[in-house]
Amino acid sequence: MSPLDNTYEKQFKVIGTRPPRPDGIEKVTGKAQYGADLYVPDMLYAKILRSPHPHAKIISIDTSEAEKLDGVKAVVTSKDFSKFSDNKPSDTLVNCIAHEKALYDGHCVAAVAALSNTIAKSALKLINVEYEILPHVTDVDEAMKTDSPIVNKGYVLENVPKGFSENVTSYYEFGHGDLDNGFNNADLIVERTFKTEAAHQGYIEPHACLASMTPDGKADLWCCTQGHYNVRALCADIMGMESSQLRVTPSEIGGGFGGKTTIFIEPIALALSLKSGKPVKLVMTRDEVFKATGPTVSSSMDVKIGMTKDGVITAGEANLRYQGGAFPNGTVEMGAQSAFAAYDLKAVRTKGWNVLTNRPKQAAYRAPGAPQAIYAVESVVDELCQKLNLDPLEIRIKNAAKKGTKSSYGPTFDDIGLIATLEAAKKHPHYLAPLEENQGRGLSCGFWFNFGGDTCVTLNVNFDGTIGVTEGNPDIGGSRASISQMAAEELGISYDKVRTIIADTNSLGHNEVTDGSRVTFAVGLATIKAARAAIKEMCKRVSLIWGIDEDAVRWENGSAIPAGPNAGQFDPMSIEEIAAMSSQTGGPIAGHHEVNAEGAGVSFGVHLADVEVDKETGSTKVLRYTVFQDAGKAIHPSYVEGQMQGGAVQGIGWALNEEYIYGEDGRLQNAGFLDYRIPVASDLPMIEPVILEIPNPGHPYGVRGVGETSIVPPLAAINNAVSRATNIRFSELPLSPPKVLSSLKKEINDG
Amino acid sequence: MRYVAAKSAEEASNFLLQETGVSRVLAGGTDVLVQMKSGMIEPDLIVDIKKIPGIRNITELDGFFRIGAAVSGSEVKDHENINKMLPGVVEALDLIGSTQIQGRCTMVGNLCNASPAADSVPALVAVNAKVNIIGPQGERSCNVEEIPIAPGKTSLKKGEFIVSVDIPYRPEFSSDAYLRFTPRTEMDIAVVSASVAIEMSKEGICENAKVVLGAVAPTVKIVGDASKEIVGTKLDESSLKKMSLKCVEICEPISDKRGTVEFRTEVAGVLASRAAKIAYKRAGF
Repeated sequence: MSPLDNTYEKQFKVIGTRPPRPDGIEKVTGKAQYGADLYVPDMLYAKILRSPHPHAKIISIDTSEAEKLDGVKAVVTSKDFSKFSDNKPSDTLVNCIAHEKALYDGHCVAAVAALSNTIAKSALKLINVEYEILPHVTDVDEAMKTDSPIVNKGYVLENVPKGFSENVTSYYEFGHGDLDNGFNNADLIVERTFKTEAAHQGYIEPHACLASMTPDGKADLWCCTQGHYNVRALCADIMGMESSQLRVTPSEIGGGFGGKTTIFIEPIALALSLKSGKPVKLVMTRDEVFKATGPTVSSSMDVKIGMTKDGVITAGEANLRYQGGAFPNGTVEMGAQSAFAAYDLKAVRTKGWNVLTNRPKQAAYRAPGAPQAIYAVESVVDELCQKLNLDPLEIRIKNAAKKGTKSSYGPTFDDIGLIATLEAAKKHPHYLAPLEENQGRGLSCGFWFNFGGDTCVTLNVNFDGTIGVTEGNPDIGGSRASISQMAAEELGISYDKVRTIIADTNSLGHNEVTDGSRVTFAVGLATIKAARAAIKEMCKRVSLIWGIDEDAVRWENGSAIPAGPNAGQFDPMSIEEIAAMSSQTGGPIAGHHEVNAEGAGVSFGVHLADVEVDKETGSTKVLRYTVFQDAGKAIHPSYVEGQMQGGAVQGIGWALNEEYIYGEDGRLQNAGFLDYRIPVASDLPMIEPVILEIPNPGHPYGVRGVGETSIVPPLAAINNAVSRATNIRFSELPLSPPKVLSSLKKEINDG
Repeated sequence: MRYVAAKSAEEASNFLLQETGVSRVLAGGTDVLVQMKSGMIEPDLIVDIKKIPGIRNITELDGFFRIGAAVSGSEVKDHENINKMLPGVVEALDLIGSTQIQGRCTMVGNLCNASPAADSVPALVAVNAKVNIIGPQGERSCNVEEIPIAPGKTSLKKGEFIVSVDIPYRPEFSSDAYLRFTPRTEMDIAVVSASVAIEMSKEGICENAKVVLGAVAPTVKIVGDASKEIVGTKLDESSLKKMSLKCVEICEPISDKRGTVEFRTEVAGVLASRAAKIAYKRAGF
């Protein structure tokens, strides 16, 4: 038996089935409570005043006229927050409310709580902010130059090489082997510079919260978030509170994709509530969501890869420059780690520079940092294959990372599913389906690390033998269903006997944010362990009833039975019978598990995209799209397929049309869903998901995270398909029609 | 802000005339309400015209359809004879917003919003639609293209509003088509658009044509020279190519977040040619 008691080779009864989603009826009937749906007596409505300037010194803020307006109950500026803590304000706080400078278009400078939204809106107009406008920079390459305006001083880490502006705050380097030797052994080297624009997660539900703070320092906060324990930690720090005094309860969540892993408005609502003595509700508009939450980094990247004429990659090098707004972040580190993860390379080197600009602070978005870097690498690999007349799928199999490969970022891989995934793509009818004129097929691999982290689960055996699972991670991708399934599987009972809920911050110990594709893996693991703890307790209770040793009772199919013939002859006791007697045998029965989960298995995916390019308009239509991904073990296959399809769609949007467009004035030009174009259903073919199951040795059932890998390959898959359809190698995203048409015209004019 | 629901066209006109502040006419509200919510406008008076008798009717009169100003896009789309005779107008309406929006939005609203990218305007201009206006001086009529004079501005005078649109019936062997370019297939706004209406002889020779472009100038462009290139032809490739070039020549678009000058100019010609081919096919050839 392995240390983890892995059972993934056994036949499952509940795992792998597709029960109806537990939150389905509430959601389709509009009864589900989202962030903006909560109302409490005496509640005030808050609105935020935002800077119209991308970079400006705040000389003064006069709130006196706003405070005099009838119906206004509180106005806050950064000065109010200095009362809560003597510490230097954290980046999170300064991002929530500007202190000395407004750092981007839309940066919050003040906020009002009033009896109605209309009064709050009117009050904003009465706040007089005096700005000294400063030069701004929004482009990553411009921001690195020594003569660039400096966005935010004092962040440069010691290891950053010289020769850049102070906007370059951190530097990372990964790799191994002799690059020069590798490139010398190549028959062909392709070197190209790529750019990607920032994309927004595009969740449908805007950020919303309701804060109620009492004068004795207790507070309740309801909000839509991917991680309420993190909300509590950040807000408690900002408000100078002890964690126990701040209870955070998460609402249902209308999408997050990483963008709701941090806070933007919650401290503002808390401060307004404290100042007004009333509960305060704060809901962002869509315009605010685009301007002042956390889109992705934008990037500028150089990739150089050498290949022999029979398709062996001899060396790979990537230099990545990511801007993530006005505060430092580590996203480029993950880009530099993941760029070449799909390959078994003798010589590889990646470098990454993080750059500050006058844009909102980036937040996570599905596999943060990986889509950009892998887009550049996979585009160059495809170009090499095209130029050397090699099959791009065979070449990926030939160079694929596998068990024992020293990854480009250091660790040696355990069991991974890349080759199996590539082989599945090769066997699929999509790969050899014929293409017509103006059509092209693109292929890309994708990778994500996946994560475990701090997790607590309580599993309660109710007196009627049903099960209540209490966990602390907002359900953004079907986790309530998959957690219930794992509990039912382990206990040997049916799925409908289990209900999983997400508890507030006082009900469990700390739970890491719902991120890193961690929940089905880590919360699932803790649930299985909690179920095992409950089983152990139930066996103990039965041993008391039967008057035999605890070890002489074992668990099978939802009942306790004698462990063997020597244990004695007893009829099995079902979970219902044990639960009914639990008050007499020692009290209620529960299982717990608390863990910092390790062993999250990395996940690989392969995407195939067929497109057709309209050469007269530059428009790209996606004709066929297939996703192959290793899920380790698909607990609820419908949700896994949904993750694979959803990630693909978001990646396709990023590749074709989604982008942050900044004007010369540094202001965001497209802060709305009309001009920030996420794909609509009619833009897309059915995305066909193909689930591979190569068990992760780190999870009892073999689960790997599936939420993030799927957004990684589409950027290159689409880029490669468009490049092959037009016979022009593109290197800038999005591939919006004006850009594609202009390249097509240039190609015709150049002959 | 005050809201009034007018009981007659004269009353609506009077409300608009008397208001000293900013006033807006409310029919479907798919532009007005959105602009109010986003803070673009803060009207002092909203005049709802939906309760005016007859303003939500489509009537078939002698030689033309009369479509009331408060008739929704989907009501027009569902009208059998309009579908048969004016497929280009219907497809323009079918491209506006979403199904929900089309249940509220109106052609007159689309016209009076005076966006250069309005979908129904090039289509209405191509089929020689007229509007009927009521104002302090009584009733008057004018061509659709005379209404928008600049982005967001109309030629309507204080106290005037449009009560209906008249679209002439089309003779046999004629048809129309509207095409727009958008990066998405729906829920989008025209980067550039083209509408072509043609009347053919029964032998398949074009006798009359009207080519209209949208989003390539502050207001719609009627490309007279382009029409001349296809009249007298069977819309063969070389005539269509000449027509496209005339379209390209007349464009004076801007570069913005939705498209560049080069892109709009180039694609205007492409769309006009494609729309002409569709109209030709619809005319029965």
